[in-house]
Amino acid sequence: MTHRGSRVLHVGSLSRVEGEGALHVHMHEGRVTETRLQIYEPPRFFEAFLRGRAYTEPPDITARVCGICPVAYQMSACRAVENACGVDVDGQLAELRRLLYCGEWIESQVLHIYLLHAPDFLGCDGAIDLARAHRGHVERGLRLKQTGNAILELLGGRAIHPVNVRLGGFHRVPARAELRPLGERLRRAMDDAWATVRWVAGFDFPDAGCDNVLLALTEPGRYAIDAGVPAAMAAPSTHGLPADTTRRLPIRTFPVSAFTKEVVEHQVPHSTALQATLRGERHLTGSLARYAINGKLLSPTAVEAAKEAGLGDPLAGTVCRNPFRSILVRAVEALYAVEEALRIVEAYEPPPRPHMEVTPRAGTGHGATEAPRGLLYHRYVLDAEGTVTDAVLVPPTAQNQAAIEEDLRRLVQDESDRGGGTDAELTALCERAIRNHDPCISCSTHFLDLTLHRS
Amino acid sequence: MDTPTLAAPTLAIWKLASCDGCQLTLLDCEDELLTLAGQVEIAHFLEASSAVRPGPYDLSLVEGSVTTAADAERVRAIRAESRRLVTIGACATAGGIQALRNFADVEEFRRTVYARPDYIDTLSTSTPVSAHVDVDFELRGCPIDRGQLLEVITAFLTGRKPDIPNHSVCFACKRRGTVCVTVAHGTPCLGPVTHAGCGAICPAYGRGCYGCFGPSGSVNLTALIPLLHRDGMDDRDVERLLRTFNAAAFDREAKEATP
Repeated sequence: MTHRGSRVLHVGSLSRVEGEGALHVHMHEGRVTETRLQIYEPPRFFEAFLRGRAYTEPPDITARVCGICPVAYQMSACRAVENACGVDVDGQLAELRRLLYCGEWIESQVLHIYLLHAPDFLGCDGAIDLARAHRGHVERGLRLKQTGNAILELLGGRAIHPVNVRLGGFHRVPARAELRPLGERLRRAMDDAWATVRWVAGFDFPDAGCDNVLLALTEPGRYAIDAGVPAAMAAPSTHGLPADTTRRLPIRTFPVSAFTKEVVEHQVPHSTALQATLRGERHLTGSLARYAINGKLLSPTAVEAAKEAGLGDPLAGTVCRNPFRSILVRAVEALYAVEEALRIVEAYEPPPRPHMEVTPRAGTGHGATEAPRGLLYHRYVLDAEGTVTDAVLVPPTAQNQAAIEEDLRRLVQDESDRGGGTDAELTALCERAIRNHDPCISCSTHFLDLTLHRS
Repeated sequence: MDTPTLAAPTLAIWKLASCDGCQLTLLDCEDELLTLAGQVEIAHFLEASSAVRPGPYDLSLVEGSVTTAADAERVRAIRAESRRLVTIGACATAGGIQALRNFADVEEFRRTVYARPDYIDTLSTSTPVSAHVDVDFELRGCPIDRGQLLEVITAFLTGRKPDIPNHSVCFACKRRGTVCVTVAHGTPCLGPVTHAGCGAICPAYGRGCYGCFGPSGSVNLTALIPLLHRDGMDDRDVERLLRTFNAAAFDREAKEATP
């Protein structure tokens, strides 16, 4: 820090995020002039080396983009390749896929809530530190997370990079009796998931809002996880409303096949992850977007939890645009995922075959699903033999980067306007603001290093 | 949980190019995590804690491969600060999936993914940590196995050799009682040449092993490749199968098989 009017904040390596990144904030005469979320995760070139691979391979290969959300990659890859081959997986196979995805939602959302994000609200360095003061809470979190992993292990073979997913469905589907112990476990997990919502609801949330377009998948009749069409909710400023409005704004949908026409990626010099905008507008994916667009489709239990948590009534269209409250939405979503997994387990009838046949043909396929941290889009071009000739992966964190940078600009400016903010305080605030979005930096190409330049 | 005493050994976890899955394996030890945290001082683990203590460290676990000049430098600094250094996972141990660049034109990769390739700093290879510094132990897997990770940490903390057998997945299938997918169904399987450790999951789920733990202690590709051909794979399929998550390691074995 210099004291000549120019101020620079720099966080050299972000912690409690998945992946590696750094943050630079420049201030000049009291105004924030630049915020840069620098993703320095070395590029791994997935899109390049997918070329020339067989059409059956993207689900296993792209799982390796991210250890926290491999199922999201597997599911988006399956949907895209199946779309190119004209196959639509339905019935109990589709239900089993949703069950697997619920496992990942529970594991990932609970990991983020308890191990990565809650320590910010309770003044701890991390979960180990948190466990010294609040052992029972951390134990509950670990137990709930383990329930998510139990689903992944049973249905996927293992929790990280599951092996049982294939085009058209699964290599092997469970018998009814195999799922039964999971049902008992999920019933117990409902209590832990409720307790999580109540625990998180007691945290102290700073006031904030986000003036972004919100983007999430939506599908009729249920909260979109594993399927749906992209839906964009307008930014408050376009309707003359404040960034923290709780009003539901107009939504427009577009086909998945139009994704890269709507969401355009561009490269910025400071980051190995591409940034993306939606028709030129800054947009945000993830829990806040899903809740705003699909809140009405939550289960009655999850709606009740949302109301109790202070998120308002999703059935009345109340949305939440405070990024600090995303941890609340995540807790509601974790509860929903537990209940949804239980529903699927209880209704499960083994399908006649573990997978549908997927025969390759020349064409382009699109697939999008809701990774816990936001919408994940894949596109593959296949030749007639089924060789991948082109691949495009648009991960959520790449899409959220610009919105995160805007959050940082606003927060540092507000804090500075109030006259507060030592470098250490601002740095802590920035790290929190970034964690609000559960960024997955390995995906987007890991975390935080902050520099604050003041002049 | 007891607060570690001053004498508690220090554990540091580091990440190079990777997916975070192997470090996450430590957080996935839900039943053991708090006990472990009571026995060691977690001195550097960015994924899990903002508190970072300076070295030296008793045990460093390194995830990820070396793909930039800066990471090559970083891994030397990590080695200099670590009494013991263990690599965790296929990336740190064999270059990982990103080692597919070793067989390709990286300039072309850079142009394929980035509009401004000149902004991107990368080496033309993805190499294991052992290519840069001395390594005390290499734990395999994409991802590593939770049980094996706990064994390695416990072994190093108590000053003994980890009990990680070097045999193939076939042994694990026999122990598990899984019927051989190749013998019974003609399913192509890398089990005979792949390092055990995953628990032989794939065959138990009705698919052939795809080699995510890399080569076992004794690899006979000369014998296996004709079997893969017999079960319907052509040369390109075999090449793809061997060149995936442990491409660089299996490639060395393939070169030795075909002098």
